Amino acid sequence: MSAAVSAPEGQLARVWQRFRRHRLALAGAFVVALLMASALFASVFAPQDPTLLDTSLRFVPPFTDWRYPLGTDELGRDTLSRLLHGGQVSLTVGLVAMVTTVLTGALIGIAAGYLGGIADTLLMRFVDTMLCFPQVFLLLVVAAFVPPTLLSISLVIGLTSWMEVSRIVRAEILHLKEQDFVAAARALGASRTRIMVRELLPNAAAPILVAATLKVASAVLMESYISYLGYGVQPPLASWGNMLTNAQGYFDTVPWLAILPGAAITLTVMGFNFLGDGLRDALDPRLRMDP
Amino acid sequence: MIGFVARRLLQAIPLLIGVSLIGFGLMHLAPGGPLAVYTLNPTIQAQDIERIRIIFGLDQPIHVQYVKWATGIVSGNWGYTFFGGRPVLDVILERLPATMLLMGSALSVAILLGLSIGILGAVRRYSVFDVLATTGALFALSFPTFWFGLMAIYVFAIQLRWLPSGGMWELGEEGNILSLLRHLVLPTMVLALVITATWSRYSRSAFLEVMHQDYMRTARAKGLPPRQRLLRHAFPNAAKPLIALLGVELPFLFSGALVTETIFGWPGMGRLFVDALNMKEYPVLMGMMMFTAIFVIIGNLLADIAIAAIDPRVRLQ
Amino acid sequence: MAEPLLQVRGLEVHFPIRSAMLRRRIGTVRAVDGVDLEVARGETLALVGESGCGKTTTGKSILRLIEPTGGSIRFAGEEIARHPPARLAPFRRRMQIVFQDPYASLNPRMTVGGILAAPFEIHRIGDAKDRAERVAALLRTVGLPPEAARRYPHEFSGGQRQRIGIARALALEPELVIGDEPVSALDVSIQAQIINLMKRLQAELGLAYIMISHNLAVVSHVADRVAVMYLGRVVETAPREALFFDARHPYTQALLSAVPEPVPGRRRARQVPQGDVPSPANPPPGCHFHPRCPLAIARCAQEAPAPRIVAPGHAVACHLVSP
Ligand SMILES: Nc1ncnc2c1ncn2[C@@H]1O[C@H](COP(=O)(O)OP(=O)(O)OP(=O)(O)O)[C@@H](O)[C@H]1O
Ligand code: SF4
Ligand SMILES: [Mg+2]
Repeated sequence: MSAAVSAPEGQLARVWQRFRRHRLALAGAFVVALLMASALFASVFAPQDPTLLDTSLRFVPPFTDWRYPLGTDELGRDTLSRLLHGGQVSLTVGLVAMVTTVLTGALIGIAAGYLGGIADTLLMRFVDTMLCFPQVFLLLVVAAFVPPTLLSISLVIGLTSWMEVSRIVRAEILHLKEQDFVAAARALGASRTRIMVRELLPNAAAPILVAATLKVASAVLMESYISYLGYGVQPPLASWGNMLTNAQGYFDTVPWLAILPGAAITLTVMGFNFLGDGLRDALDPRLRMDP
Repeated sequence: MIGFVARRLLQAIPLLIGVSLIGFGLMHLAPGGPLAVYTLNPTIQAQDIERIRIIFGLDQPIHVQYVKWATGIVSGNWGYTFFGGRPVLDVILERLPATMLLMGSALSVAILLGLSIGILGAVRRYSVFDVLATTGALFALSFPTFWFGLMAIYVFAIQLRWLPSGGMWELGEEGNILSLLRHLVLPTMVLALVITATWSRYSRSAFLEVMHQDYMRTARAKGLPPRQRLLRHAFPNAAKPLIALLGVELPFLFSGALVTETIFGWPGMGRLFVDALNMKEYPVLMGMMMFTAIFVIIGNLLADIAIAAIDPRVRLQ
Repeated sequence: MAEPLLQVRGLEVHFPIRSAMLRRRIGTVRAVDGVDLEVARGETLALVGESGCGKTTTGKSILRLIEPTGGSIRFAGEEIARHPPARLAPFRRRMQIVFQDPYASLNPRMTVGGILAAPFEIHRIGDAKDRAERVAALLRTVGLPPEAARRYPHEFSGGQRQRIGIARALALEPELVIGDEPVSALDVSIQAQIINLMKRLQAELGLAYIMISHNLAVVSHVADRVAVMYLGRVVETAPREALFFDARHPYTQALLSAVPEPVPGRRRARQVPQGDVPSPANPPPGCHFHPRCPLAIARCAQEAPAPRIVAPGHAVACHLVSP
């Protein structure tokens, strides 16, 4: 125990070192942190009430009036405030959808991988089947049925995008379950549930974390798209997607109304994608079993 | 080879059954069921709904309905639209050419571009070009297709007025190839962006892998020129994962086409899907879900067969 | 002999070989192919054989960590080979295992304290405070400081990890411990420490051991009796002295001649086995050893020899050996 470093610190230090080398990932992490902060304190940062109408001040261009830094929309609402509150909505949906996706995917992946046999065959056939449907089709059909609330939108997105996660987790479990520490737990008489939750799940944390990060990106994208089509977040609640829908009507004259929410979506998706990519490199699976 | 194809076909059957169960289940488990649109419409009387229910066979037990519906799918009777009573399959097939045209042109552009970028990146690994290309692909993959579409319309149609902003033909020019091509440019560009990024990433790693194999080293040792090595040895081997990618990416291609079609008002299946969604046309929606899923299954089947044709070892597994 | 603690008869573990695509069974790996073993209370049985002959599979299937496909396993008189998990539970406390690879046998995401508390949690023994005390006591028993409980496995050396593995195996006070090559992954200088620790614990706790090893030299220090395995079968079982000085099976004799530190009075260089070990997926017919056996006769290729008692406690499976 001479060169002993406490475990989390030692491993985290190595992960951090790899991560730091990935410049895009650092940028992604920065963007994500910024977005989280602005969403968390949206009402503090927002200069105006995002729902406040003022028809005398329609289409104020950006950077012309300090009270409306990014201008106003067709109803005279402050664009910056709407962007901030829309971000709150988008990130909330993104995170809740991600949690749904990861929980469902991990649960199914672990069950299929650890139980094997018929359970594995049936679950993986189910995954194959779900993957035959284009996700946007599946998402829109379900979204059109259920009354759109933030929770239902998040759940629908989450429940139509867990399949890849379950495949990733299953592959990881198939590898892990052959390890002797699992055999040791079985020799002690541990139940299947205990083995799946206590022994296997924590060891699959790295790929799950990577998948989770990337899933926030795709969930934000999906939310904005279905909101744009009118099946997602409903006005007057602002979301980047429905801001785009409104902006489309005044596209030729006031393009900034469409550019701003689109840029916000792009920035968010990129932030999470780059972060996830960097995490994947940093959390190289081989690291975990290092002596 | 025949045995291989037969086995692959057999394997597709449970997938088809699964797809039909999910499609059918989705429509029937939905709140209000397939008749929600009528029950919500105050001008339609309760007895009318009952009549429609019987006409569409919705009064029968669920498994009977499923079997009837599934045999219909197999025999080509995909049901009738709620509004207008047209055969669903006709409605879908009518839109197929437009979607195939868009998907085909986008895929061709994407494969050509993506493959070239990927191969060049693999050959000159870590060069400035490679770094730019890989970073660029990462950016492109994060670009929301529908916003990219809107921006493309703003720049090329509204500001520069180079290209039309949507649709397939100019009014009165139906059948004019030149007009069609002009309308095709923007949607193709938008749909191709993400696919190009995916293809450049995959082909780069496929070629990198192949180039480090023994037979490539042997080819170099034998003094074959680089171009020959690439064409004769690397290409056939790198083709396998790329053909598989073609199959796997089909659902994403459909998703992308749907998004692109809605932005550009392209009269294909994606547009039909959104219209059917807005009108709560359950038979059409169900039909389209089945159509795309079957399309995806067949696409993957063909990809597998193509791979087996290239590499005899695959057949024996 | 009184009733043995463990009695294994005709144990078989056959793994299916499946085709990659349709998962059809296209063959069988006969990893364990009719093994007989007996272990008395408090004694050490060594299970010896070359790599791949099925030692690990035998050990794990006795603990039902791998499902046996045939044969009988009697523990303290009770047949457990086909017990469902619920009825197996009480036996989990009485039989334990120490694994070959101390790097793979400890969960890297759990602290040592968590790993050692698991047996008590699973069997609902004591409360949190009580468990912590038990963990500390276990660590002391295997010669580690109590602070080790807060650390993670990767902070320990191989020998220290194996001590943790031993502590875990002892937590539930078992009667039988299977040591699956517990020292083969360790530095030679550490091996003796671990072997001595296990011997001391055996004396203190009255444990019975099955010591799996591919190294006859290691076995000579610890075993009361030795069973020699070849390609899924036990070919010779004998008390230690009898095995080292009066080996009857041609394979055992070959193994002994290959021991680097020859046992005095027994030096026969001629019988180093020829050729490779055949695959258990396709074992030779008759006596599995016949393609490599210098003494093989025609009958060896046709008929598998049954074990025969040649002396008290000494059984040999070879056509050329008669009682
Ligand atoms: N799950 C499995 N599926 C198929 N074959 C297996 C499986 N586990 C083990 N085998 C095969 O069974 C045979 C016996 O393996 P086992 O691990 O029991 O040998 P061993 O004597 O412990 O070898 P070693 O000294 O290398 O640990 C080997 O040929 C192995 O390849
Ligand atoms: S039975 Fe025959 S082949 Fe087997 S060990 Fe004896 S002599 Fe050799
Ligand atoms: Mg072994």
